[in-house]
Amino acid sequence: MSVKAITEEDIKTLETLAAKYPERRSALLPMLHYVQSIQGMVSPAGIQVCAKVLDLTPAEVAAVATFYTMYKRFPMGKHHIGVCVNTLCALLGGDDLWKELTDTLGIGHDETTADGLFTLERIECQAACTVAPVMTVNWEFMDSMNPTLLRDLIDKLKIGAPVQSTRGVQITSISDSQRVLAGINDGKYQESPLADDSMLAGLRVAKERKMSAPVGKGAK
Amino acid sequence: MQNKMALTPVLTAHWDDPKSFEIETYKKHGGYVALKNSLKMTPDEVIGIVKDSGLRGRGGAGFPTGMKWSFVPQNDGKPHYLVVNADESEPGACKDIPLMLANPHSLVEGIAIASYAIRANHAFIYIRGEVPHVIRRVMNAVEQAYAEGLLGKNIQGSGFNLEVVVHAGAGAYICGEETALLDSLEGRRGQPRLKPPFPAVAGLYASPTVVNNAETLASVPSIILNGADWFKSMGTEKSPGFKLFAVSGHVNRPGIFEAALGTTMSELLDYAGGMRKGSKLKFWIPGGSSVPMLTPDHIDIPMTYEDLAAAGTMLGTGTPMMFDHTTSVVKAVTRWLEFYKHESCGKCTPCREGTYWITGVLEKFEHGKGKEEELEVINDVCGQIAGRSFCALGDAAATPFPGAMKYFADEFREATRTSADASFPPSATTIFDKAGV
Amino acid sequence: MTLTSDNKQTNTENQITATIDGIQVQVPKGTLIIRAAERMGTFVPRFCDHPSLAPVAACRMCLVEIEGMPKPQPSCAIPLTEGMVVKTQMTSEVAEKAQAGVMEFLLINHPLDCPVCDKGGECPLQNQAMTAGRAESRFDIEKRTFPKPIELSTEILLDRERCVECARCTRFSEEIAGDPFIELLERGAKQQVGIATDEPFNSYFSGNTVQICPVGALTSSSYRFRSRPFDLVSVPTTCEHCASGCSLRTDYRRETVMRRLAWEDPAVNEDWNCDKGRFAFSYLKTNRLTQPKVRTKDGNQVDALWPDAIDFAAKGLKDAKGKVGVLLGGRLTLEDAYAYSKFARLALETNDIDFRNRVNSAEEQDFLGSVVAGSAGTVTYADLEKAQNVLLVNFEPEEESPIVFLRLRKAAEKGQINIIAIAPYLSRGLEKINAEVVATKPGDEAKVLRGLEIAQDSIILVGERAAATEGTLSAVIEVAEKTNSKLSWIPRRAGERGAVEVGALPNLLPGARPVTESSARSEVGAIWGVNGSDIPSKPGRNHAEIIQAAINGELKALVIAGLDVLDAPDPQALGLAINSVDFVITLGIQENSLTRYANVSLPVAPVTEKSGTFINWEGRPRPFGRAITSTNALTDARVLAMIAESLGLDFGLQTIEELRQELSSFGSWNGNKLVKPTVTAKDSAKTSVGNAILSTWNLLLDDGALQKGEEHLAGTQRPVVAHMSEKTATDNKLENEEKVIISNSRGSITIKLEIIEMVNDVVWIPSNNHDSKVKSKLGAKEGDVVTIKKGSF
Repeated sequence: MSVKAITEEDIKTLETLAAKYPERRSALLPMLHYVQSIQGMVSPAGIQVCAKVLDLTPAEVAAVATFYTMYKRFPMGKHHIGVCVNTLCALLGGDDLWKELTDTLGIGHDETTADGLFTLERIECQAACTVAPVMTVNWEFMDSMNPTLLRDLIDKLKIGAPVQSTRGVQITSISDSQRVLAGINDGKYQESPLADDSMLAGLRVAKERKMSAPVGKGAK
Repeated sequence: MQNKMALTPVLTAHWDDPKSFEIETYKKHGGYVALKNSLKMTPDEVIGIVKDSGLRGRGGAGFPTGMKWSFVPQNDGKPHYLVVNADESEPGACKDIPLMLANPHSLVEGIAIASYAIRANHAFIYIRGEVPHVIRRVMNAVEQAYAEGLLGKNIQGSGFNLEVVVHAGAGAYICGEETALLDSLEGRRGQPRLKPPFPAVAGLYASPTVVNNAETLASVPSIILNGADWFKSMGTEKSPGFKLFAVSGHVNRPGIFEAALGTTMSELLDYAGGMRKGSKLKFWIPGGSSVPMLTPDHIDIPMTYEDLAAAGTMLGTGTPMMFDHTTSVVKAVTRWLEFYKHESCGKCTPCREGTYWITGVLEKFEHGKGKEEELEVINDVCGQIAGRSFCALGDAAATPFPGAMKYFADEFREATRTSADASFPPSATTIFDKAGV
Repeated sequence: MTLTSDNKQTNTENQITATIDGIQVQVPKGTLIIRAAERMGTFVPRFCDHPSLAPVAACRMCLVEIEGMPKPQPSCAIPLTEGMVVKTQMTSEVAEKAQAGVMEFLLINHPLDCPVCDKGGECPLQNQAMTAGRAESRFDIEKRTFPKPIELSTEILLDRERCVECARCTRFSEEIAGDPFIELLERGAKQQVGIATDEPFNSYFSGNTVQICPVGALTSSSYRFRSRPFDLVSVPTTCEHCASGCSLRTDYRRETVMRRLAWEDPAVNEDWNCDKGRFAFSYLKTNRLTQPKVRTKDGNQVDALWPDAIDFAAKGLKDAKGKVGVLLGGRLTLEDAYAYSKFARLALETNDIDFRNRVNSAEEQDFLGSVVAGSAGTVTYADLEKAQNVLLVNFEPEEESPIVFLRLRKAAEKGQINIIAIAPYLSRGLEKINAEVVATKPGDEAKVLRGLEIAQDSIILVGERAAATEGTLSAVIEVAEKTNSKLSWIPRRAGERGAVEVGALPNLLPGARPVTESSARSEVGAIWGVNGSDIPSKPGRNHAEIIQAAINGELKALVIAGLDVLDAPDPQALGLAINSVDFVITLGIQENSLTRYANVSLPVAPVTEKSGTFINWEGRPRPFGRAITSTNALTDARVLAMIAESLGLDFGLQTIEELRQELSSFGSWNGNKLVKPTVTAKDSAKTSVGNAILSTWNLLLDDGALQKGEEHLAGTQRPVVAHMSEKTATDNKLENEEKVIISNSRGSITIKLEIIEMVNDVVWIPSNNHDSKVKSKLGAKEGDVVTIKKGSF
């Protein structure tokens, strides 16, 4: 799979990211996210570019790029699919989801389907334990998954049908998500669905049972 | 009294508003008044109120927030920084992420107040990278606050300036450790720093820095608005106030329950609809995998820093994971160790090598192939990590196994003969129904 | 005021008292526990700790118990404080257990390949495993494995399985060398040292990482699998490669040097040395001359017996008496250079002697005689470390004196030093010492110097290249005096500073004595056992003049020693000179084009096979003993004594002791020194489209004679490129990364262009790398005008 080159325009964007911080090097993580949004990976060329922009050695950048799990050394497919296999999600069904997914697509962890559509990853706790078992598509949460939902999800992604994340946006590509991580606001903050049952669980019980915090002096 | 008043929605009070994340909604419910009030006080007065309130860090360690702020040297001529630890990654912890999704402005307002108090003109929100939906909401909230003159130059005519940058991590649990987070924010490998110097003296860019958890900061505006006494009217003397409890696992209604500290696990379990049908609580963990597990015998202990410490565990992130009788403790512990091995930063020997070793041996047990004498070896190895590693990640990694052995030693002995899956069929543990739906 | 009582007071104020293992200790405030324990004889085991690197407390091997602290603490990172009670493994079970635990962890994944590991026998991990490790492993799962070894550079190899992740190597590269080309990559149990794709660990200081690696993870290509530590004989030596003056340890086995290491010397090289000093010693075995050779009447060179060769040489010199010039290289020991100085005056009755086989000038010899000779200790390494203001003139520290570079970098890292460099561009080395460059065209140095705001009481370091441009050295003297600054000259070669002291120059006798001063001649004569009037009083010919005189027949014979024709400022002229005289004697260690041409070629001992002294740039004597004793190689001085004897002279200097005693009898010169030069500078040459001013210097690693035969080291040379400013390139229609041809009437060099920010109308190329051989191809020097044009592939 050929990797897209980083253009002069991209370098300008990287410069903008660097300029956001009191010390430019702070922009390295966002810059690597940006490089990955362009290339689907952090390639040696991407490392060179970041090093140049920040006046670091490529080794210094490689040290950072290889430390963080989200940066990939191989080209990802269009969609990155994660299954949380940390204890709680795994026990509540994550292990089954992983097996189902790998059986369906015929690939394993950190592998990409031949059609370049999916890259799979066994991921760690996503801070979504109340909606376990959780999966992610391009890091957008797919809450309370089960094998049926999973099959449906893959089918839809395969044909490019619309898929709405349960907490995030309508699924597009890993590249688009990665741009947001670089700090480039795509303005889609309203696309997330309303707070779900798990988020409202406490509030609903409180209302039901007429519980509330004491009224403070600042109350309107 | 406490029972009746146990649920105390403050941060979550308006999450059922379809636009809970917009600035108008937040303002409609009194948002940003606390900031305006703060700007009329001196920074030290703000610190004083937070100190009086007894607010303790919600990230896990429970350090008094006002005291942390007061450690920042004054008039030292150096820039000061506020860094928000929103790197929520602790297995079981899932409260900052929904908070920032549904109510990002409480965080933004808290940041503005805290920055004013510690005389910082620059704040960074370090959010774990795997949550673009949250990053969007927080970026938007920050932009909205700028647009209304609540951030930026000369906020509300006070002469106070504050720049806020939303920064995404890239997948490293260790960055929840505050000094590792600072290195990461400086564009380095997220490995913890040698202390001293502490961040309050030399943190970000070697300047005085306060690192606060997202929930902690989001709690600040309500304290400023309603006063320290209001806050202290909830919770206990040593653990005042409210907190987001996130109950997960084999319960009927997993979710976020904002309650006064001191609420018991049995009450929280009741709000969460009890254990799922036909199941019995086997063990639970009050605040993330890094704190020791407890059993049904402990569910009436008040959820406070002090009571849980007395029970040999910790409040941690205050996000209880509930596991029922279908769960294999061996498998659960093994999976957690695999996590710590994966997330060990590699800097210090005990954590790097110890997690590699324990995980390897536990995997044998998970497959029913452990040797009884190896239980002693794992226990020793945990002892060789705990208290000797560079940072708390090592201590955390050394926690699940001894914690589990305390109550479930027999299950590990059985695992010298029988695999976890044979003893505890996974199909019973999943929450899918029989048809796999 | 008495110094002693003051000192005492300061001492008590800065001292703290604490208890380690029940014993009260007093140490200076800030002393780390691990060092304090060491002072009282307790070695706390450690891996990541290194006294010259900032503490990281990563390996956790040095855990000790501190009263009042619940957990064991890393003694490498915590300073002892007043009243602290510390228990090490000697008295604390907690500490002992903690250390044993860490040792067990370090060994679980460590391969059991000690029998084939280079470090075996001198390995801290192996040693500590013997004392603190378990007899049998409890580790019963699969070990972590990596393919091994991987090349970090052509010189440095990494075996990741052996690595204990102490990060000494990466910290050294970043903190000390400023070359973060190796880093810790990956995370957790997969963490490993590594390089970026396509950028090898080509640091001039890379070899230090092998030395400080506490296990066998880092090895050098040149030493790997060559030897066992217990088969080696170690002797302290001094590095012969430059004027930094590093202390080294030379390890040899059966008359062959196997490796060289940095030898700790706090005053000079601290714990480090450069890769040239560490790895470039293959020349000792390459093309060595072992037999005297004489050229017979039929024109063939044949082996000769020593007495015959000596007599033959003596006869040749006798025949040319009064018409002999002495050309030396800059690599002679103090003792040998002295012997030549004496030999020229007594045996050859001439002042025609010059050691400067490099760009030089008459102005420079006056500078050396008036400012440098007898100025030992004007500036020291310690002065550099605490300096406020340093001015560099025609001097690239990292390339031309790497240990000076390290010390300046240490000062720069502390942040208090302000370094200004007069140079055509900000080199990577200058950038690493935070230097500010005053971009200067070669030839404009004097003008720039005079126009510069220079702080009072600065330190001025001037390189040997200052001789290339007229008036520079005069201006340096002038501004140093005006600003009350200390001035130090830093030559490249190890023997140059000593050669100045012994008067291996046409206008200078030993000890800064001008040949023209009769009392100077008398003093020297007294030591030499002759009348002052027997010593020639007229200043002799210098390097260029000797060559010229040889070419036009005024000189009949040349004595050439320790000199490579390719080092000469104009190799072609030197070749012509040799062709023009009747008789040539060469003294050298290697066969080369000169020795092959000589009428008498006499083999002499390399540094490893003799005792001697180098005087480093500070003027500090760096004596060394003979490492390899079983060869019968003779020193230059011994050979000269034999020739002198054959000429019927009582020359003395038969032994090193005799030599050193005679040298020490000179004392200081209180008479008039040479007059300081006041040469008027010309402006830099005028250029137009199609040409540019040449700037050039030798890179530390190049194709120099003493680096021959060391391919692994050669692989780490810097890329060979020409530098030019954007404007100069555009003016000449040249493009970045394209080839450019640099030429003059003599020849041309084709080289890749790299456009950088630098002074306009100047082209810089390395002096002696690959095709870029400025002397042999162009016979040009800094400041000359050369033609530039686009080259093709």
